[in-house]
Amino acid sequence: MSEERKIAFICSKGTLDMAYPALVMGWAALGNGIDVTIFFTFWGLDIINKHRVDHLEIAPVANTSMKMSMMGIPGNLGIPNIVGVLPGMTAFATKLMKDKMKALEVPPVREYLQMLVDAGAKLYACKMSVDMMGLSKDDFVEGVLDIVTAGDFMDMTEGAQIVFI
Amino acid sequence: MVAKTIAGKTVEVNEDGFMTNPNEWTEEIAVEIAKEEGIPELTAEHWKIINFCRQAAGTSGKAPTLRQITTGTGVSTKDLFALFPKGPAKKVARIAGLGKPEGCV
Repeated sequence: MSEERKIAFICSKGTLDMAYPALVMGWAALGNGIDVTIFFTFWGLDIINKHRVDHLEIAPVANTSMKMSMMGIPGNLGIPNIVGVLPGMTAFATKLMKDKMKALEVPPVREYLQMLVDAGAKLYACKMSVDMMGLSKDDFVEGVLDIVTAGDFMDMTEGAQIVFI
Repeated sequence: MVAKTIAGKTVEVNEDGFMTNPNEWTEEIAVEIAKEEGIPELTAEHWKIINFCRQAAGTSGKAPTLRQITTGTGVSTKDLFALFPKGPAKKVARIAGLGKPEGCV
């Protein structure tokens, strides 16, 4: 079964928290001998954009799951939206999450992507999004194979399990 | 849990084929399991990784994750996947006589 199993991820979000699911699951899949393809579309292009990948962020505004318990304050106290809009709050929340990841020995996104590429994952950028954002292949990290259309993606993922993130 | 004879030695394995007692492991067993996993010969590079896993499990009690293997041995991700093709996570752990690696990275 695992010999032929294929999995494809569609990454459509560019926030730090939404970059990790495909990286973690993709890495697990590769470790288990499963073929992995990742298609980056819309804001997800930030994950493979070499000027953006080290600057992915998470905003505390309207994030109902980000509680002060992450900072060791017990209970369900959230970060009030009115506080979240203050300058520096997004940077603060981002640093908090990066520190938590680092403590768990989770590599930064750029390094994680390289691990996946080295392990055989195939990365593609969505043509429509690339055109919309005025990007070209030179803007992407090494390992992005090509800029492809949605139709190409459908062709190359025949028989694969597809996960949309 | 079933008893299985590998390289002339009877050992306990679980339903996934992983040895349950790392102390029953021998180098001959590793060679046999590697063959089952499609690796005909264990080279010095293979042993470097297997020995690291044995050592890591000896201190932590857990099979190391792939990233712990690459950072611990200096073997690159590319080489690790070339040495143990098609799913190194389980293959390395099985050959080293350990359980499935615990941890996601």
